[in-house]
Amino acid sequence: MPLLNLTLKVWRQENAKSEGRIETYEAKEIPTSASFLEMIDIVNERLIQDGEEPIHFDHDCREGICGMCSMTINGVPHSKERGITTCQLHMRKFSDGETIWIEPFRANAFPVVKDLVVNRSSFDRIIAAGGYISVRTGSAPDAHAIQIPKPDADAAFDAAACIGCGACVAACKNASAMLFVSAKASHLNHLPQGQAEKDQRVLGMVRQMDEEGFGNCTNQFECEAVCPKEISASHIAKLNRDYLAASARDSVS
Amino acid sequence: MNASLCSMCAFAKSSIGRKIIVAVTGLALVLFLAGHLTGNLLIFAGRDAFNDYAQFLHEVFHGAGVWIARIGLLACFVAHVWFTILLTRENKTARKKYAHQATVQAPKSSLIMIWSGLTILAFIIFHLLHFTVKAGTDYASFMQVMPDGSERHDAWKMVIVGFSNPLVAIFYIIAMTLLCSHLSHGVASIFQTLGLRSKKTAGPINVLSRIYAIVIYLGFISIPLAILLFGFGCEACK
Repeated sequence: MPLLNLTLKVWRQENAKSEGRIETYEAKEIPTSASFLEMIDIVNERLIQDGEEPIHFDHDCREGICGMCSMTINGVPHSKERGITTCQLHMRKFSDGETIWIEPFRANAFPVVKDLVVNRSSFDRIIAAGGYISVRTGSAPDAHAIQIPKPDADAAFDAAACIGCGACVAACKNASAMLFVSAKASHLNHLPQGQAEKDQRVLGMVRQMDEEGFGNCTNQFECEAVCPKEISASHIAKLNRDYLAASARDSVS
Repeated sequence: MNASLCSMCAFAKSSIGRKIIVAVTGLALVLFLAGHLTGNLLIFAGRDAFNDYAQFLHEVFHGAGVWIARIGLLACFVAHVWFTILLTRENKTARKKYAHQATVQAPKSSLIMIWSGLTILAFIIFHLLHFTVKAGTDYASFMQVMPDGSERHDAWKMVIVGFSNPLVAIFYIIAMTLLCSHLSHGVASIFQTLGLRSKKTAGPINVLSRIYAIVIYLGFISIPLAILLFGFGCEACK
């Protein structure tokens, strides 16, 4: 099996308050069949053996559905490969002798916890501000009780594919969270169950997004290009439209 | 009333609200450019046609029309610049820079919007002082004698003389180049920010935006180029 010798430039940061810095590591004899996270596991094993502090990073499912792995690889969240998370990236995409820059997802609204681990609870607070529907739980309604046109169901499902990883924020030149917020709002706004709280949802989520200190969208669509679930920036257009309508209705009610 | 004023300020303080203000004022300015260009191209129709147009602008609604347009445009322009600067300042402070920076698909024009915009701002101040206020020039004394013996301002000669100065023409062309860049991202952005862009319309909107930018660009630069390179109307300078 071919082995790679790589140079890693990794962001190391003790805690949220300390100044971070780029450190250089040699990643020797990395199998091309390893995933990117397994490559860091190998490097960490060696660091631990040498009595050094391993590189801290977030990971969980390692199959592209949890959205935990939050790394910017050569300046692009989840790497330049389209439609994948970092855990789905394989080392065969790199060549021998390459230098790889690994940094955390950067945004003031995502403070670094340690090394490559960032705190994305600002996303949770945006969801709490309106990314839900209020329903009586307990007995499940009949599946066909509410008819949903196929195009609406498809559009809602496309938006619902968002795993909340934050790559959109990390890629945006302005650290804007518009793709995330628009996907979460669009998911419910496309469905009949989401109509009752639609205006309240849109106004609330946007207000919380602004309070968290995310930047403003400048329509460059870097978010769309890095989204591991390939969510379209047309959801952002829908959020803009829904926000305008919600603000207008709010001002006359 | 109070509650609705409150929602108006919440709108103007929100990121999307501010962007919508920038988009709507931008749309007004984009439409003004089309009108301004159409009028300006009358220069090629000759002195009489161009001066008729200039006279019409100053006499529409008994002279009030030009002031309504000026005040409206100034309001749009100030709001457009003011809210863009607010948004850009927030954007610059929203993150620390990456040690290794990369861009995946953002077009170059979108990355320099604030700089192309500020250059256009500087240009417009110069342009107004030059042709509207006519500061430091004798353009106000240019008169066209009409067949009935009366006189009117010779705007046609003013443009020819104005662009005969290579420095003025070069600054104009540089500003128009940046305007073209600004429009190629700006026009498409209006659709996105107003919520009119979808997967289906994204392609046509991008094409429309680029074509509009190029038409405006070629239209505007044709005037100084014709004067400077081909000596259009140069008998007027003598």
